[in-house]
Amino acid sequence: MSRLAWFLLPLILFLTICVFLFKGLYSDPMERESEVLAEPFPAFSLPDLMDETIIYDNSIFDGQITVVNVWGVWCITCAIELPYLTQLSQEGIRFVGLYYDQDIDPDFGIKTVTRVRTEVNEMLSRTGNPFEFNIFDVYRDTSLDLGVTGAPETFLVDENGVIRVHHLGDVNERVWAAKFKPVLDELQGVVAQPVVEELASE
Amino acid sequence: MSKYFLSIFVCIGVLAFSSAHAQENQESPAPAQSTEQNRVVPEDYAENYAFTDANDRKTFLKLTAELRCPKCQNQNIADSDAPIAHDMRRKVYQLMKEGNDEEQVIGWMKQRYGDFVHYQPPVNAVTMWLWLAPVLFAFIMLAVFIKRRKVVDDDDIEARLARAEQLLKEE
Repeated sequence: MSRLAWFLLPLILFLTICVFLFKGLYSDPMERESEVLAEPFPAFSLPDLMDETIIYDNSIFDGQITVVNVWGVWCITCAIELPYLTQLSQEGIRFVGLYYDQDIDPDFGIKTVTRVRTEVNEMLSRTGNPFEFNIFDVYRDTSLDLGVTGAPETFLVDENGVIRVHHLGDVNERVWAAKFKPVLDELQGVVAQPVVEELASE
Repeated sequence: MSKYFLSIFVCIGVLAFSSAHAQENQESPAPAQSTEQNRVVPEDYAENYAFTDANDRKTFLKLTAELRCPKCQNQNIADSDAPIAHDMRRKVYQLMKEGNDEEQVIGWMKQRYGDFVHYQPPVNAVTMWLWLAPVLFAFIMLAVFIKRRKVVDDDDIEARLARAEQLLKEE
């Protein structure tokens, strides 16, 4: 019995280490639990990218399921995902852009807002424009509050302003079907049910 | 028997020599070590952020060296040139100017980027094993060593040697 144990112990140890290292081969070090999931969208008050007299705050989420896409014209991956986002917006998904520019660095500002607007318009005319409007994250404080590490990042915000999905990287058909669609369906299901109940009680 | 003791003495000698040597080594490159630190947190980089208090400046350098860039994972935010690292440095400065202390700045970052963002992991039920495992391992090994050690009787050894000698002679 004891001899069997001494034979099995190293074997089990070896197999455990094998499994651990094998899993390590396929683990993605960039994958982290988002801190903002199931949290309300951080409070903000920011101007529209195209018209600084319009100021948006968290009330933009009231009553509507919104996809917030963090992007910039300097971001190559954004240019690749924008046509697909445009297609989704045509299918009735509401997109709001959270725009930030690298060259308007609060420390080393060199780019004018007018130039940013021209560049944005140029780019959106090429890729298609999925956005209802763009919020201009001037000092990138809201991006930091959202735990954004770079563009593009995409958030699904429910009609109560709570973040349900946080996706790093581009949104394509596969990502949409795997990550966004199930949550969206669930949210819409949840929304539909109370209405049905109300009707039934009446 | 004497061979046994001799080997122990040799071991102790080697250990003593190497530890003395290590101490020497530690003393001599002290200035080199501090320049190394300057390299990780470049002095001129902090010049973008003006501090009136030298302690604040030190805290800023310490914080930017301790906070981890979430984009380029094995760099601290002082070292990294990623846009997010720029933003985080600026935020650290801003938070400090607003009167937040070291812990509050780290807390602010952790709230947004998780424990991941700080190079010093918190001690909790999951991470405790990082500290406990080596100690436990040492104790288990010690226990195994003590249990498996056979007390060898000197007389028995001499008798066996005599027998072996005899066998050799017979051949």
